[in-house]
Amino acid sequence: MGKFIGKAVKRREDARFLKGAGKYTDDIKLPKMTQAAFVRSPYAHAKILSIDTSEAKNADGVVAVYTAQDGCGEYGVPCGWQVDFKNGETMREPQHPLLAKDKIRHLGEAVAIVIAESLEQARDAAELVEVDYEELPAVTDPKKAMEEGAPLVHDQWEDNAAFDWCIGNDRAEVEAALENAHHVTEMEYINQRVAPNAIEPRSYIADYDVNTDKWTLYTSTQNPHLIRLLLCAFVLGIPEHKVRVVSYDVGGGFGSKIYHYTEEAILTWVSKEIGRPVKWTSDRSEAFLTDAHGRDHVVHSKMGFDKDGKIVAHLTDEYCGMGAYLSTFAPAVPTYLHGTLFQGVYTTPLIHLNVVGPFTHAVPVDAYRGAGRPEATYLLERIISKAAKEMNMDPAELRFKNFIPPFDGVKESGYQTQVALQYDSGNYHGTLERGLEMLGYEDFRKEQSEARKNGRLLGVGISTYIEACGIAPSAVVGSLGARAGLYEVGHVRVQPTGKVSVYTGAHSHGQGHETVFAQFVADKLGIPMDDVQIEHGDTEQVAFGMGTYGSRSLAVGGSAIIKSIEKVLEKGAKIAAHKLEAAEEDLEYAEGKWTVKGTDKSISFGDVSLTAYVPHDYPEGLEPGLDYSSFYDPANFTYPFGTHIAVVEVDPDTGKVDLKRFVACDDVGNVMNPMIVDGQIHGGVVQGIGQALLEEVVYDESGQMITGSYMDYAMPRADDVPMIETDRTVTPCPHNPLGVKGAGEAGAIGSTPAVVSAVVDALSHLGVTDIQMPLTPQRVWKAMQN
Amino acid sequence: MQISTTINGKTYSHDIEPRISLAHYLREILDLTGTHIGCDTSGCGACTVNLNGMAVKSCTLLAVQADGGEITTIEGMADGNTMHPIQEAFKEHHGLQCGFCTPGMVMTAADIIKNNPNPTEEEIRHGLEGNFCRCTGYHNIVKSIQHAAEKLNS
Repeated sequence: MGKFIGKAVKRREDARFLKGAGKYTDDIKLPKMTQAAFVRSPYAHAKILSIDTSEAKNADGVVAVYTAQDGCGEYGVPCGWQVDFKNGETMREPQHPLLAKDKIRHLGEAVAIVIAESLEQARDAAELVEVDYEELPAVTDPKKAMEEGAPLVHDQWEDNAAFDWCIGNDRAEVEAALENAHHVTEMEYINQRVAPNAIEPRSYIADYDVNTDKWTLYTSTQNPHLIRLLLCAFVLGIPEHKVRVVSYDVGGGFGSKIYHYTEEAILTWVSKEIGRPVKWTSDRSEAFLTDAHGRDHVVHSKMGFDKDGKIVAHLTDEYCGMGAYLSTFAPAVPTYLHGTLFQGVYTTPLIHLNVVGPFTHAVPVDAYRGAGRPEATYLLERIISKAAKEMNMDPAELRFKNFIPPFDGVKESGYQTQVALQYDSGNYHGTLERGLEMLGYEDFRKEQSEARKNGRLLGVGISTYIEACGIAPSAVVGSLGARAGLYEVGHVRVQPTGKVSVYTGAHSHGQGHETVFAQFVADKLGIPMDDVQIEHGDTEQVAFGMGTYGSRSLAVGGSAIIKSIEKVLEKGAKIAAHKLEAAEEDLEYAEGKWTVKGTDKSISFGDVSLTAYVPHDYPEGLEPGLDYSSFYDPANFTYPFGTHIAVVEVDPDTGKVDLKRFVACDDVGNVMNPMIVDGQIHGGVVQGIGQALLEEVVYDESGQMITGSYMDYAMPRADDVPMIETDRTVTPCPHNPLGVKGAGEAGAIGSTPAVVSAVVDALSHLGVTDIQMPLTPQRVWKAMQN
Repeated sequence: MQISTTINGKTYSHDIEPRISLAHYLREILDLTGTHIGCDTSGCGACTVNLNGMAVKSCTLLAVQADGGEITTIEGMADGNTMHPIQEAFKEHHGLQCGFCTPGMVMTAADIIKNNPNPTEEEIRHGLEGNFCRCTGYHNIVKSIQHAAEKLNS
């Protein structure tokens, strides 16, 4: 702990947000800016017979109308991860066109863009574009998409599989162990499709300047450099050094703003065509139809136990919908970010997972808060809770019995799983013990049985999750099919006055980097926080970066900054030694100054900075300046873990679930700012609760979305949830300099199964063993009647 | 159509298209971009402003309906550089993350406290029902409003 590290420092970014002075993309207005509206397909699957734009082109205020025929981005949007078939066949990767040319493959796919002087004129004119479609049968369910005779999403292949992949031990060996198991628990369910719903809709402004031959793209993205790279190298083929991508304030991401979306590329192309800036901001209906969704797994799983309750084998088959095209990370989500977590926190000796990733006539899925790990956790934690009931054991006891013993990753080595990864450090007993204590588990069980006598339905659900974040070691992910490195860049520029500008490739869209990063920079340099400025989100300020997702900002981005700080201090020591006429090894650095050990001779950080830029009296052969950039490629993922416990009461008459308590004891390694970590946990937990109780994207048989607005798609509101009771244990990450693991997704990963298990627990005496998410009153009531 | 309004103490008069929403008028014509638009069905509450003493969702109110009205937006809450006690409480209790729902939350919080100076946790949660936050899980927003109410009453 330093002066700032570990302290609940209030956020420096708050004032602008609280005064309404944030700078979100839609708040930006450029001179001569035009507005765009898209013409989108009302069908999920259709042939485009003709498009007539003549009337729209002549409408008031219209600047231009473009369709695929106009040659915008002929290569389409690429996928960033290749997951091949287990038989060696290459992943099937269809072209993802910017505008649909001959065929529509999901509801809301864009067929034309209309540009006008005002938004109203653009929208009015979009109504005038005549598209003649021939509607075709659609399939949106991932398992049905693999049935014989299912409508083909891409008819160049004989079926809808993008890949068919497996991980873990030999299938036959796992099957044999299940045959011989004392008890086998089986589950079949759907981990439903959900919509991320950042409250700020996606928004883009492209501005091509003919005089400089440069583009600027303002975009609500989580990773501006990645967008620039994809845009330039793959989609439009424009020169990277002439493109600036800027992402100022972004109103939430949750994964949905990682990906390179077609609209970003279309606008960039259009701006050059019309020679003026062009803006498009999604409305909420468009967001439901076009933002990448999450989850969408159809699961069948079996877990075997010996007579003492030890897990002996786990076998799972999943169909994980990809949607109509492969979004940036989509193939990795149900495979390498999912199957690699099937060890959970347990000593399971034999594991096999098979995943078929079918195309469906639905909007593409991609990483959504947790990305593959919530789906893995849901399966493990539900099946273990179900097994405990079947074997008449306490769900906490069954977990304790199967936990991997504690290891710190330093004295004890990391834990090698059956599914490729090696965990860094963990103490799974610790968070469960603390979680049970926070809840008062034994007292609750007494209360529950008393309540039952009075007809009240109380239940408790436990989830002991692990996740992999701080993504990721480039060589490892490269060997797993990633087409990019996943390091981060941290640039520390010490100004002549000793003030420090830090440029990070990580991107804040709510996480509070401007505060947290300044906390550890100030501590490491021994200077006031006010002397540190954190900059992000502009490719012309920040040399390079991979952005923020996978709870990586601090573990990877923070480590890159630390590397640069070390270089600054190393050079600073040389300058200080020269000025103090001492040997470098005789100096020590503390509280912002170098001191000759055992004397009162010292020189401040500010004086050394000034000397570096005014090098009149300076070490021979040393370059002036104090300015370092570093790339940090992590040695491993980080593995936060924890225990989440939900307490619910079910209304016996209506089936409505009242979430009475939610306890979270998480271990995210060292904590830089506990206020911010708690905030991340609260938000993540409630997103997970949303999936358990409320949220589901529903398509009908023809591929129409019937949950396409906030009137139809239920998300948690303030009165749906209680206060979240949080605590922590601390098991530092052994392989990064701050010892941090990441906290952005943990809440959403752990919470969902805890809530569902609590509801099932409340109804277990009625014979209920599982209920399909989301646990609407209707579903719960029906389960009670059966 | 011609409309006149008083917004954050300043008088405005404009000839506008009758179909534009109050949110659009504030953002596009007056450049008061603190009022945000997160949906098109009054579901998210990011566009909440105060009109004639009442919290309203400016995305589903026509600007012409506000003719002659007195409006406070998020930009009118602070007194120069001194934040309103509700804004202060949000900062103190980490009641915001990405900041996008925040203006609507602050405007709604002001309305909750105005109508009920000592709200219980349940009353605050009920009062926030029309505002989505996807970041905070509402925990710290509720805490912020509890503390703001205490401060405003002291």
